[in-house]
Amino acid sequence: MRFVIKNNVLIPGSNTDGNSLPISDIPSIPQPPQNPNFPYNNDLQLLLTGKQLLLEDIPIAFQEVQSHYENGYITYRKGIHYEGKKPVCTRCGNKDPHHFASYPCSRCGETCLYCRRCIMMGRISECTPLIGWNGPVPDTILPSKIKQWQGTLSEGQQVASDHVTTAIQQNQEHLVWAVCGAGKTEVLFAGIEAALAAKKRICIATPRTDVVLELTPRLKAAFPEIKVASLYGGSEDRHLYAPLTIATTHQLLRFYHAFDAIILDEVDAFPYTVEESLQYAAVQARKPNSAMIYLTATPNQKWQRECWTGKRAFTTIPARFHRHPLPVPKFEWCGNWQKQLQKSKLPPNVLRWITARIQSNKQALVFFPHIPLMEKALPILRQLDPTIESVHAEDPNRKEKVQQMRSKGIPLLLTTTILERGVTFPNIDVAVVGAEDAIFTESALVQIAGRAGRSKDHPDGVVTYFHYGKTEEMVKARKQIVLMNREGIKRGLLDDKK
Amino acid sequence: MDFSMQNRCLNCYEFILPNIGWRAIFSVEKEQLICQTCEGKLERIEGEQCRICSRPFQNIDEKFRRGDLCHDCFRWEEDPEWHGYLERNYSLFLYNDFLKEIIAKFKFRGDYVLAKIFSEFLKKRLTEITPDIFVPIPLSKERLYERGFNQASAILLEAGYQPNHLLSRIHSEKQSKKSRSERIHLPQVFQFLPDIQLAGKKVVLVDDIYTTGSTLRHAAKLLKEAGAASVQSLTLAR
Ligand SMILES: [Zn+2]
Ligand SMILES: [Zn+2]
Ligand SMILES: [Zn+2]
Ligand SMILES: [Zn+2]
Repeated sequence: MRFVIKNNVLIPGSNTDGNSLPISDIPSIPQPPQNPNFPYNNDLQLLLTGKQLLLEDIPIAFQEVQSHYENGYITYRKGIHYEGKKPVCTRCGNKDPHHFASYPCSRCGETCLYCRRCIMMGRISECTPLIGWNGPVPDTILPSKIKQWQGTLSEGQQVASDHVTTAIQQNQEHLVWAVCGAGKTEVLFAGIEAALAAKKRICIATPRTDVVLELTPRLKAAFPEIKVASLYGGSEDRHLYAPLTIATTHQLLRFYHAFDAIILDEVDAFPYTVEESLQYAAVQARKPNSAMIYLTATPNQKWQRECWTGKRAFTTIPARFHRHPLPVPKFEWCGNWQKQLQKSKLPPNVLRWITARIQSNKQALVFFPHIPLMEKALPILRQLDPTIESVHAEDPNRKEKVQQMRSKGIPLLLTTTILERGVTFPNIDVAVVGAEDAIFTESALVQIAGRAGRSKDHPDGVVTYFHYGKTEEMVKARKQIVLMNREGIKRGLLDDKK
Repeated sequence: MDFSMQNRCLNCYEFILPNIGWRAIFSVEKEQLICQTCEGKLERIEGEQCRICSRPFQNIDEKFRRGDLCHDCFRWEEDPEWHGYLERNYSLFLYNDFLKEIIAKFKFRGDYVLAKIFSEFLKKRLTEITPDIFVPIPLSKERLYERGFNQASAILLEAGYQPNHLLSRIHSEKQSKKSRSERIHLPQVFQFLPDIQLAGKKVVLVDDIYTTGSTLRHAAKLLKEAGAASVQSLTLAR
């Protein structure tokens, strides 16, 4: 859109008016003072509080939006701003020229630069205003009892829960480093309750939609009288104002100075560059004075270092809920397995490992670094058992296969890293073939090892990394697991093995 | 724009490996915009196809075919009101899941730059058709504002052709839900903006997708009646 400034107020201008400019070209955007007598629209208030939306996200006529701005109840910000000569996307923080392009724009009549990186949330270009709320915050009415959940926490969980609560109350940052199977969700409940009781707005953000879908009913059950907004691409709660929000990290891009506390789940799940932009989104979405809780099973090296040198407040939950130690991965050299596969063979020790599982009826997950190699291994292994399956990210039958594995219909599932996190099977062994591949980072390997020994009836499981040259990442992964077990013993969180 | 831009796939952002070999040495390599994986997912329309709309005959039931025409075109052509207006439609690629995704990103998400992916293919076909005038299927004013650009104009512009905006919409775009007979009997969807001499001119209509052919036939009829010598059409997908 084009605007002109009249009496220190931004007024929409036509494409033919030579005095008007696309919003990004206006040096500074005036903010009219709040008119206390203006009858503001409550729907607009609920929709916009703590948000940064595009006009097309707002199902209300532009004239009404504009009059809220003129009366000081709405803010306009530039969708794209410039740092010197460099464009920056205000919503996602993109500065990388690869992620910008331009087009002849019929809205402003100019060649308009747009951001490609956050385009799935609606296109932001040089003539796009980001619209936010500047009026009073909607009031929330609290139920007499906020939290209904009455489960018990393990010792390790309890310590973390207390630290999370304090951090939320005091607007601090805190990292919860909880091993796979520690039960991290329950650790949040006390802190969430404290925030809600103080009428704070709180958000749990996680990279994956599956996790949003899984967490939503659990939180609704724990806080039955609290309104919960569950946000992911295409979700119906998009416009719902709620004290408790569960969202994919992408959805944070629609928020601006919204939350008194953000809980950021699985911070380890992203490659560094993606992590950077999500950090930007999280910083935008939280209020300047707010709490930030990070959850992870495997913090990256930088964060680990910060933890051990006292630069980052953190709590570990080094033991699983069932009080048994984490299975420690074994390393086994398997020679040039890729070359073997080209000749339609598997290294003998890999084949032995798999055969032993099939013969003793123990289910197993076998990870491969790449789809083509996995597909080469499948027919070889099907000679042992024709019901062996393989699965990868784009497999249309992915869900069914995981379900079949759960119901023990599949003895052995070959997989790429898509099953490295989230999915749990109660009683399995785990192998990685080609653990030296760059795709198997420390964090991926720890997550993979974390698939074994999950249930209290079967707390043991074998984890083997087959490799053609031991890597730094493998060593770090094993070290991290050993370290957690040692700490579990030290803090008395593990039962003695008889 | 930026030299480093050429090294990443416009669609998936993967690095594009440079083409090294005798071809690269002896010819000026054209700018590579998408990676081989993405290009491999585009399916060219080849083999035996409908004489008018280029619907491939492979994998379609005999009963949907009438000689060298598909059933749809046959029905259009047997109707004296529509006979002979659209001479020929060319479509570049099959509208498979991959292309659906690209066109959705391009048109609905508004990722304009994706138009460039098709430029080379479009140029090649347009050099064969040799039209005098290039007419994009128009959007309504509201839709154009909403999207920020017209996808058909974008395809032309990015391939280096100047679109002629000879048509404008009288009715809204929301016709995909209408039945065939409603579409046919709909009064003209477009109106002709008479600022150009069409007499004797060879016109090509451009759009992103060929679905029912009704949009293109409405436009073709209007242009023929305004004096065009012939009207053909070109779409990215069908
Ligand atoms: Zn613009
Ligand atoms: Zn952006
Ligand atoms: Zn690509
Ligand atoms: Zn046909």
